[in-house]
Amino acid sequence: MKFAVKKGWSNGRARSGVLQLGSCPFPIQTPALLLTTRKGLPPFTSPDLLTSSLPSPDSHLLQFSPLHFLEGISPKTISNIGGLHQMLSLHQHIFAAVPRDSIIALPEHDSTNKYGASFQTPGGRLLIKPAEYVELVSSMKPDFWVTLADEVPAWVSNKRNRTSVDRTLRWLDDCLSLNKESTTIFGSIVGGSSIEERHRCAQEVAQRNVSGYWIGGFGLGESMDERAALLTAVTDNLPEDMPRHVSGLGLPEEVLQGVAAGIDLFDSTYVYHLTLGGFALTFPLERNKGENADYQLSDSGGDGMKINLKATVYRKDTSPIVESCICFTCQNHTKAYLNHLFNVHEMLAQTLLEIHNTHHYLGFFCSIRKAIEEGKFEQFRRNFVESRRDRLFAAASSA
Amino acid sequence: MALKFEVLGRFNRARAAQLTLPHYLCQTPLFMPVGTQGTIKGLTKNQLEEIGCQIILGNTYHLALRPTSELIDELGGLHKFMNWPRALLTDSGGFQMVSLLHLADITEKGVTFQSPVDGKPMLLTPEESIQIQNRIGADIIMALDDVVRTTITGPRIEEAMYRTLRWIDRCIAGIYVSEVWLNVICLGIYAIGGLAGGEDKDSFWRVVAQCTAALPEDKPRYVMGVGYPLDIVVCSALGADMYDCVYPTRTARFGTALVPEGVLKLKHQAMANDIRPIDPMCECMVCKNYTRAYIHCLVTKDAMGSQLLSYHNLYYMMKLSRDLHSSIVEGRFPEFVCKFLQTMFPKGDVPEWVCNAMEVAGIDISSCCREMRFDVDKSSTL
Repeated sequence: MKFAVKKGWSNGRARSGVLQLGSCPFPIQTPALLLTTRKGLPPFTSPDLLTSSLPSPDSHLLQFSPLHFLEGISPKTISNIGGLHQMLSLHQHIFAAVPRDSIIALPEHDSTNKYGASFQTPGGRLLIKPAEYVELVSSMKPDFWVTLADEVPAWVSNKRNRTSVDRTLRWLDDCLSLNKESTTIFGSIVGGSSIEERHRCAQEVAQRNVSGYWIGGFGLGESMDERAALLTAVTDNLPEDMPRHVSGLGLPEEVLQGVAAGIDLFDSTYVYHLTLGGFALTFPLERNKGENADYQLSDSGGDGMKINLKATVYRKDTSPIVESCICFTCQNHTKAYLNHLFNVHEMLAQTLLEIHNTHHYLGFFCSIRKAIEEGKFEQFRRNFVESRRDRLFAAASSA
Repeated sequence: MALKFEVLGRFNRARAAQLTLPHYLCQTPLFMPVGTQGTIKGLTKNQLEEIGCQIILGNTYHLALRPTSELIDELGGLHKFMNWPRALLTDSGGFQMVSLLHLADITEKGVTFQSPVDGKPMLLTPEESIQIQNRIGADIIMALDDVVRTTITGPRIEEAMYRTLRWIDRCIAGIYVSEVWLNVICLGIYAIGGLAGGEDKDSFWRVVAQCTAALPEDKPRYVMGVGYPLDIVVCSALGADMYDCVYPTRTARFGTALVPEGVLKLKHQAMANDIRPIDPMCECMVCKNYTRAYIHCLVTKDAMGSQLLSYHNLYYMMKLSRDLHSSIVEGRFPEFVCKFLQTMFPKGDVPEWVCNAMEVAGIDISSCCREMRFDVDKSSTL
């Protein structure tokens, strides 16, 4: 793996970088979004649509949890097939293994113990030990993987939080020593909502021989306000030229907060949840359009950021979700058709919407990168957050 | 554009033809996937085109309910609404009413039923069915038929037959769009539209044979609700041209794949370690890229499993359609039928009804059947 921060492109802690990983022939520009998957494929977008209808190479970063595969297919069979890239026939995509997945592999801090990390999955509660985790990962051969962590939510006791840091460090060392092949490993950093523990964990992990850092324990109940200091407590203690990956920061404002703290890679379930609910992203991607945007009225179920395609106001709307959007869905289908599909509970609704939302969100990341490179990231962030607040205010006051 | 049905090749009763419709030039025999509510489960229009779908069926009953035929009309018709560039066929709505609604009753006027929306009594007449279908705007629309269960006997059948004839006349009178073609259903003792409802296979093929013998040669024969590959091959041998069924997509959602040998149940534990593709000979995106083991871990748990299996199953059906057409045109239909049966029944245990049907169709399948020899040599392991 090769990662480099583009010198001279930084705005405060926000940085622009380039990531090059084995499978993908194209370099990935950061900050970048990793797409959520179920067993390696997006929840609703089939692989032929993934490669044909989403931008390249932006859509080549895929996050998965090895735990998804525990029921249904054995590590041995995955090995026989030749690993994840072969099994999914996505040879030019980058797979990142992260144990925690905010939909079907939720960390259960109450059940985690000194032997392993506990997760709540559709198949029940699972306890994963470092050795089992490393075995799973080595059969899958992802492009990079994150070490097993003990993630705790914001409200646990200091003692529990300290234990989680100790455990995570111990498991990091276990994973490193169990790792036989030379694979790309990201060290996990936790610490809950304690600045000191975040600090301590980051400093410890920075001393290990890893290729990057995964920052966990976010998106588990802490508020956005307290998160900023926690993020910088970590990133300030990490070497500059190594990639930082965070899970659980999903909303656009949260992503901006992460970028401002120096994060390079994000995985989130934002697009998945939007799609399930029938929400389509519509916020303008070009900054100068933001100021003049018409504020959506509340009867459309929208707030300037997204619209609810199930709303009756779209029954006869023959326009695409976003006029200027070049995604497959906007180029081929209307809001009226999508409204119908959602109302009759047809699977195609989610497929089409996931394509649009993913496309749109990848576009957002593109705008972020552009803003950083133009030296205007802070302004971009401020404009975005303020215009969102204004739209919400306008929508609420016209209700 | 003139609507045409041109036979390009024959073998006894079987025909391969070109069906020219306003939106697409089709080749028969052909299978039509069912897109009940204006979509085929989880597949995009591009994928359907890739698979080779020519005509898609839309259910008038469902579409009239949601989003309503008036809305579809206002937005320019179903083709535009779905953005489907090829052909569409809608049924009359009668079948769903009789099968889905508890208190549907058929009188001379039409089908009376309770509206599923508000329980009020409603009436679907032949004229109204045509009007609804006109608003939807398919290339082919269906006359409302007096649907009876195939297991019924007695005077009700004759009543149904004559009533359907009278209704067809009313339907024809009700058409005002010149580009639409009224499809004539078989007017024998059972409507070809009354099958696929639980009758035994022996009756089934006999009815199809009787109808195809009685119907005019120069128009296509559409056997509704027929979907098992074996049934399609038999009916094509007997002279039918078009088929529709929910089977391929429905069975995909239960984890079953269609293969030349029959079916493959991906849910079975045996699939968990099988790293072969579903069908090594299949050229579809799913078989070229995925193993049975991976599909096994998806089916019934993740929507993606249904999507991938639906894709494969429809590809299989469209390939079957293409093979039927080309083998008839190229004068090798009997060979195709034999190979099909040999692959599906490697032990030679071709069902008796198929043998009987093929005899009537004039196709020699003795090379596939070992029934005769079973009595002679009971000790051999087949």
